Amino acid sequence: MNFMPALPLIFLFGSTCAILLIGLYVGERRTSVVYVLSQVALITTVALVIRDAQAAPIVALHGMFVRDRLADLLDIAICLLVVAVFVYSRRYLSDRDMYRTEYFVLALFGVVGMMVINSAAHFLSLYLGLELMALSLYAMVAFQRDSARATEAAMKYFVLGALASGMLLYGMSMLYGVTGSLSIAKVASTISAMPPGNIVLVFGLVFVIVGLLFKIGAVPFHMWIPDVYDGAPTVVTLYIGTAPKVAALALILRLLVGGLQALSPSWREMLVIAAFLSMGVGNVVAISQTNLKRMLAYSAIAHMGFALLGLAAGGREGYADALFYLLIYSVMSLGAFGLVALLSGPGREIEYIDDLKGLSQRNPWIAFLMLLLMFAMAGVPPTAGFYAKLAVIQAAVDAHLIWLAVAAVLFSVVGAYYYLRVVKVMYFDAPEDDRPFVLPLDGKFLFGLNGLSMLLLTPWIGTIIAFCHSAIQGLP
Amino acid sequence: MIPHILSLCIWIPIAGGVGILMAGNDDRAQLARVLALAFSVATFLLTLPLYIGFDAGTAAMQFVERYRWIPSFNIHYHLGIDGISLPLILLTSFTGMLVVLAGWRVIQRRVAQYFGAFLIMEGLMIGVFSSLDAILFYVFWEAMLIPMFLIIGIWGGPNRIYATIKFFLYTFLGSVLMLVALLYLYFQAHTFEISALYSLKIGMREQVLLFIAFLLAFAVKIPMWPVHTWLPDAHVEAPTGGSVVLAAIMLKMGGYGFLRFSLPILPDASRELSGLMIALSLIAIVYIGFVALVQDDMKKLIAYSSIAHMGFVTLGVFIFSRLGAEGAITQMVSHGFVSGALFLCVGVLYDRLHSRQISDYGGVASRMPVFAAFMMLFAMANAALPGTSGFVGEFLVILGAFKANAWYGIIAATSLITGAAYTLWMYKRVIFGTASSPKVQALKDITLREGLVLGLLAVAVLGIGVWPRPLLHVMHQSVAHLVRQAAASKLG
Repeated sequence: MNFMPALPLIFLFGSTCAILLIGLYVGERRTSVVYVLSQVALITTVALVIRDAQAAPIVALHGMFVRDRLADLLDIAICLLVVAVFVYSRRYLSDRDMYRTEYFVLALFGVVGMMVINSAAHFLSLYLGLELMALSLYAMVAFQRDSARATEAAMKYFVLGALASGMLLYGMSMLYGVTGSLSIAKVASTISAMPPGNIVLVFGLVFVIVGLLFKIGAVPFHMWIPDVYDGAPTVVTLYIGTAPKVAALALILRLLVGGLQALSPSWREMLVIAAFLSMGVGNVVAISQTNLKRMLAYSAIAHMGFALLGLAAGGREGYADALFYLLIYSVMSLGAFGLVALLSGPGREIEYIDDLKGLSQRNPWIAFLMLLLMFAMAGVPPTAGFYAKLAVIQAAVDAHLIWLAVAAVLFSVVGAYYYLRVVKVMYFDAPEDDRPFVLPLDGKFLFGLNGLSMLLLTPWIGTIIAFCHSAIQGLP
Repeated sequence: MIPHILSLCIWIPIAGGVGILMAGNDDRAQLARVLALAFSVATFLLTLPLYIGFDAGTAAMQFVERYRWIPSFNIHYHLGIDGISLPLILLTSFTGMLVVLAGWRVIQRRVAQYFGAFLIMEGLMIGVFSSLDAILFYVFWEAMLIPMFLIIGIWGGPNRIYATIKFFLYTFLGSVLMLVALLYLYFQAHTFEISALYSLKIGMREQVLLFIAFLLAFAVKIPMWPVHTWLPDAHVEAPTGGSVVLAAIMLKMGGYGFLRFSLPILPDASRELSGLMIALSLIAIVYIGFVALVQDDMKKLIAYSSIAHMGFVTLGVFIFSRLGAEGAITQMVSHGFVSGALFLCVGVLYDRLHSRQISDYGGVASRMPVFAAFMMLFAMANAALPGTSGFVGEFLVILGAFKANAWYGIIAATSLITGAAYTLWMYKRVIFGTASSPKVQALKDITLREGLVLGLLAVAVLGIGVWPRPLLHVMHQSVAHLVRQAAASKLG
């Protein structure tokens, strides 16, 4: 059996186990060792992925595992996002007596789960990766043991998440019942050979879609998002709001595009509705939020709607545009939540939008970067967020979904209002207290890079989109 | 010839603006001012070779630069200018200099950010006027909202937050549908090149829908009645420099959009809907003129007068004649000088008395004779007195309108009366009379710096008024080409 294609995954899994053991020995005083080791493990994984990046897909491990461009791209994105998450969260954790091995180990196990999803070629491995990721996330949300809010959020997340996983599993079992196989490639070929209109297939598809929409946090299965984002410690929100979103897209691409392409007329219709509702509910409800994390949670719902727009448009271009959108979004989301984590110093929690009052007078540079991120989220040129919106909206126009494209741009105007409010609070309001924000140097540097990337990516947008296109080409 | 001169005109002010932002806090305010002046003067000097090297004998795009940018969507970094964009670029770089001078002493808070934002905005506006790729155009067009949003919001008046959010959302809402329209065109033509869109065949129903999408973007920006309500709010709250840029340049982008997109890409729909457009223009000219008459806030009065003057631009565009289009462009340039100058005059008074209410003034002439003379000139130009630039544009448009339909001309010509009424009445109440209030008696005449700014504008206003040929000369070929495009049918 050839294990080589799975080497980065095996390496990360092995080193995570090793870090867990090492963490036991070094104790709570020297968590920095664990921190450094985790970062090294992630970066090495990225290097391993790049080292034998494959142009042609390789299926390995008895058809359970596939290594292609899409998997490589998503693996790299997820590992780098988590590296950044760790940098942003280090000081937040140590200020709150949460700087422990468990945070890093759980996050790394989550990454292992995501990488399994990225490379899944079989319903079993897909589900395995999904559950590994989800269980890590549940535990991370509950990580702050003595916080009632975090515990409540974790309970909600767990119950609803388990329900959604059940739905997904039930849908997969129906697909198995019809096709007699769990291998995604075999399911795809069996379904495309069957006459259309099989009622059991559509029934199974509905359950699968429900599970997927829950995982990605799209309306009408979005209820958990605001509560979990708000209740979880900020650094966990930071984690949940970035890497798992990318993995959820991988889940959709592997299952729907890879496996159920023959049913695409059916699932595209469902995604059109979900995209419309997500953009609408997310953007409209976000207006009334005063809590920054809740506002960003509803904005996440809206952004998922935009990503679904690309998927609903269909075709390889549409999928590539959705992938591009999600990559850009994950960078914006990383920056926005990262700033919330960075500014929350000892004894100060940034929770409400008003906590950012007068930031531009106290810390003009940080405020400017946040301004870039906010305008990027609103999709205003010349920030990267605009090109992401341009990509998915043009996919919708290409698929003759012009009404949906018009709805999307109108909702983006609605969305602009609440992003502008953050800018307004930072730039136009006077500061309320004059305690300075002291940011750690590494976090500050990374945030600078993160915010400026919204502008500096502009000349290379074409390259990135081309890369997304080539990643999608590998899908069957 | 300087290579990549258009790119330089766009990116030098932007780079300068970013550099000034880096210069940081108010301890180094003087450095920020000097740098801003240096960069704005350099940009103006850079745009001069555009005029000198411009070949007025052709309607083709000149100084073209073209590079691949986003190959997946066939988007190019494509720049070039013709006789329609050249005057507007010169207007932009000229105004950019004046704005820096005008904000020299007035802005004492967050100086570097103020000048940085203006320089960045200047580069973006030049970008709007020189983009030949629709997405590049859209990027510049929208990006400009960000610095303007901050300028009104940070340095504006008491109600600035309401005004700036209204400004942003209003114009953003107007523009997003244009994006959908551009994407629709892209899937017909498979390119975002504006020149390729000119030769695209489009059915009538699609043309009308696309026309409405473009109309929303341009009508809000210019602004046309009834989507003009953001403008008085934004003008009243904006700092003087912001008002000048809004009035002098940003409004022109709407008119430019009609000339660059609506007419040549959608000629059939433009002709079909020209009745509506002319009606809206005439309403703006007549009705908004009367609205201006009853204003008691000087900035609001000039803002409404801007809307009425922009009515001439849209009227000139939609009568489909060379006279009309040349008049519209001349009116845009002239209005840039005149309204900019009037806002600067109000700024001069506001800096001294901190009031924009007409009733707080009276008898200013006895204390500020030089200022009163300058303002007299600009008020006359606003009322389109012959010999000033305001006359040339309005005269050409009215002449074109008479040729199209005598009634259009007659209705438009009433503005000569209302325009004179509201401008001169305001002038009389502010400048003449006895200096009754003690505050007015303590006024000091304009400084050398203010005199320089107003003097440059006075030269421009008189220059175009007396000898408009250098301006009209460069646009003849391009306008003739445009009128031919607008007359041809693209129904396919």
